Amino acid sequence: MLLRHTPPGLSERKALTVNPAKTCQPIGAMYAALGIHSCMPHSHGSQGCCAYHRSSLTRHYNDPIMSTTSSFSEGSSVFGGQANILEAFTNIFTLYNPDIIAVNTTCLSEVIGDDLVQIIKKAYEDKKIPEGKFVIHANTPSFTGSHITGYANMAAAMVKYFAKSTGKKNGKITLIPTFIEPSDMTEIKHIATELGIKYIMYPDTSDVVNSPMDGHFRMYPKGGCTKEQIAASGDSDAAVAIGRLGAFPAARQLDTQCKVPMHIVDVPIGITATDNFVEMLRKIAGVAVPESLRKERGQLVDVLCDMCQYTYGKKVSLLGDPDILLSMVQFCKDAGMEVLHVLTGTPTGKVKLEERVRELYGDKVIVKSGLQCDMFMFQQLVQENKPDLIMGNTYCKYMCRDMDIPLLRIGYPIYDRIGQSYIPLTGYRGGMHLLLKILSIFMDRQDRDAEEENVELIM
Amino acid sequence: MTNKYELPIAGEQFRDEVADAYSPKLGKKRKRQILVNQIGGDGTVPEILANTRTAPGILTMRGCAYAGCKGVVLGPTRDILQIVHGPIGCCFYAWLTRRNKTRPKTPDDPNYMPYALSTDLQEDEVVFGGEKKLMAAIDEAVALFHPKAIGIFSTCPVGLIGDDVHAVARAAEEKYPGINIFGFSCEGYKGVSQSAGHHIANNKVFTDVVGQLEMKKEGKFRLNMLGEYNIGGDAFELERIAEACGLTLHSTFSGNSVYDEFASAHTADLNVVMCHRSINYLAEMMETKYGIPWFKVNLVGADATAKSFRKMAKFFGDDELMKRTEAVIEAEMVEVEKVRNEIRPRCEGKTAMIFVGGSRAHHYQDLLREIGVVTISAGYEFAHRDDYEGRKVLPTITVDADSRNIEELTVTPDAERYNPRISEAEKAKREAEGFAFNDYSGMMPDMPDGTLVIDDCNHFELEKLIEYYHPDLICAGIKEKYVVQKQGIPMKQLHSYDYMGPFAGFKGAINFYREIDRLLNCNVFKFTKAPWDDSPELSATYNN
Repeated sequence: MLLRHTPPGLSERKALTVNPAKTCQPIGAMYAALGIHSCMPHSHGSQGCCAYHRSSLTRHYNDPIMSTTSSFSEGSSVFGGQANILEAFTNIFTLYNPDIIAVNTTCLSEVIGDDLVQIIKKAYEDKKIPEGKFVIHANTPSFTGSHITGYANMAAAMVKYFAKSTGKKNGKITLIPTFIEPSDMTEIKHIATELGIKYIMYPDTSDVVNSPMDGHFRMYPKGGCTKEQIAASGDSDAAVAIGRLGAFPAARQLDTQCKVPMHIVDVPIGITATDNFVEMLRKIAGVAVPESLRKERGQLVDVLCDMCQYTYGKKVSLLGDPDILLSMVQFCKDAGMEVLHVLTGTPTGKVKLEERVRELYGDKVIVKSGLQCDMFMFQQLVQENKPDLIMGNTYCKYMCRDMDIPLLRIGYPIYDRIGQSYIPLTGYRGGMHLLLKILSIFMDRQDRDAEEENVELIM
Repeated sequence: MTNKYELPIAGEQFRDEVADAYSPKLGKKRKRQILVNQIGGDGTVPEILANTRTAPGILTMRGCAYAGCKGVVLGPTRDILQIVHGPIGCCFYAWLTRRNKTRPKTPDDPNYMPYALSTDLQEDEVVFGGEKKLMAAIDEAVALFHPKAIGIFSTCPVGLIGDDVHAVARAAEEKYPGINIFGFSCEGYKGVSQSAGHHIANNKVFTDVVGQLEMKKEGKFRLNMLGEYNIGGDAFELERIAEACGLTLHSTFSGNSVYDEFASAHTADLNVVMCHRSINYLAEMMETKYGIPWFKVNLVGADATAKSFRKMAKFFGDDELMKRTEAVIEAEMVEVEKVRNEIRPRCEGKTAMIFVGGSRAHHYQDLLREIGVVTISAGYEFAHRDDYEGRKVLPTITVDADSRNIEELTVTPDAERYNPRISEAEKAKREAEGFAFNDYSGMMPDMPDGTLVIDDCNHFELEKLIEYYHPDLICAGIKEKYVVQKQGIPMKQLHSYDYMGPFAGFKGAINFYREIDRLLNCNVFKFTKAPWDDSPELSATYNN
């Protein structure tokens, strides 16, 4: 047994986290910053933060993840990191020539109390930032929230620094996705395009962290939202926060700053959530749903109806991040599956994760979120009531192996499989991928476990 | 091994042009860290600047002290329960990511490696102090895991908010007298790289763990292997060879290891040091306190492995052991040579660059050389001058402010347990015969003249190296991997190997030959260029 020390039953804990179901803010901020075109994410803290975040994102995406660091020494920890970051700006603009540097803080620089607003102001005054170049920042203390909070904070910083209202609307809709994969972002853009909507989307990591291999390394791949587009989002007709926890702060900032009316919608995973997303866009933009999307939807419904004998009543436990979890739970409901457990280490804030899961599954489902809600707890819950399938990140593989439960890899991080960069979960087409994966898991199990006389040729 | 390699563009030109791209101050510094190797008649090599700060804003390959302490040195141990004191991230990123394998002896033996424990410090605790939470976390950890030892690892904010992890460890030990509880002040900002963390880890393991248990393993020839972390199963392979030779591996620091082996490591008669950078401190201190001699070995590369095991046998001076060792080497080399002969013609003359670690950039050159691959540039990520130039330069290394902050323990012989395994006279006699103790001659004397040695190589320089020299293979870390591969150059990740292993020992050498053969000769990288790239437009339009 790999996890041989996890006792049965729930262990009461108030101080100790074991096998976390979240990570820290800065990595989310770094990921969001990669969604700006020609931007160098910069980690204001010790070298290790940046090294760990880059390594983790690199392993998840199998693609270059570029980010610089203020390389704090013991001296900077005592005297503050201003000298380090000013030197960093010079080196970054000289050597790597980005259009924008997006700074995230760390627990270290937050504890020291470095005032990034003042420091950036000084950098402009001292001409450390060349003409036409920009530095933005987000406060991302690791001791509050999680990687999702960090992502949300950096997305909001993009608005704060760049969005401008000229007083003249541009007829566009601003789409702000939560922490989702580049493939999911592409799929969301596909839906908007099919609907004939003019949109601006940020953060947009598609074509950044899933760039093609053509013999050239590009420090700033072709993807990412440009500063000009983010600026123009201040003139958009409406903004849609896709996933409350990760996207709401940016959308609210855009509303406050530029009076762009804001809508919140769940991440479009599965039929219901995608329907809701399409409905919302359709109504905001005043457009009709085209044949192409009807067809995508119809095909997904077709497969679901044809095959729901393999999903109906199957028991599922889910671990991940709140925005994705909500939509995944809805998808399980769509497919007739029964959700036993939903767990996230991320504090859910106003997402109302538990209430919304209960709306679908009543009192029986166990929903856990926040401090000490970790994979150790998840394993204990799963040991008590074993599901047919676990959906979660790579780290779930240890408990899944111990208990012989199949794992569908969803969320962050996925270190041991590929595909998340290219194959979406969002939209009707993503729903199809998701459904096919789930069907394969259940049907492979049936083939493996059936008595010899019950092995079916036709399924 | 003084030979010469002529780079197509002189290393001096590379160095100067790279340095010119930096600010004058940084350029001047980098010129002392980018050297063209030149071995003098008396074996001297040029002086390199190493173990110095990375300039802020540079895309660095380096990590932090916490990574060196928790991730590298202590991480591979399976039954010391490790609690990371700080916000959640540091615990999360060091969770199983280094591929340290471990093999508990029974299904009931403790194995905490798949568990990542953290106090997950929150804002309140950062403001009001986290010691209470740490103590509560220890209580909960003891109740759940019943460990015999607990290590507490400090992350950046811990030092700044003034939490005293050592005081908490002492208080916890009073509460749980049967458990050895110790803390590491390995805040990420300490030192200039992972290296500081290695030293901090060595110090604490030496003062609080080694010598705590009087346990002798059976066997005539008992030794500890220091600085082998069982990445991809390297230690498994070395354990296999040691056993076959008749050596008793008392403990490995720290691959596939357990607490009791650490605690009783002072009873062994020899320390061999694999990764010099990360663990030479422990070897030195154990010699001073307990009288255990040490020497450097290299167990990466079949020839180096053979040489190192011969040296171990020779140390014990037993005919039977030496005979058995020779027999093992002879038997193992049959398959090694078969594979080597098959692969070498396909790899001969290819060029490589290696930028990793504090020893690997040196060790892996041997492996590559065995299949005819020349390393034309190499450097360490976090090593010191002695790893480049040899330990003979130790007395001349200037201690800067960053290093001074890492405690240098004053060690004296143990009143009861100091027992020199060989007398001073015997040691001197053997040294005179050419048997080196306390040795490490460094990487540079093993590299051809004219090759480039680059300390703390960064992204910008790596890109320039590719532009200037078009190497056939690059070995570095995960952060560099895809930068290199996007350019159609295969890259071997040599921190954790990413997949497969072992690469140490004889079977490891075979695995590595095959891996390099695949990287250099597999077709896939040829597809980076599309057939139409060279003639993008056709001269006519075809409608059908």
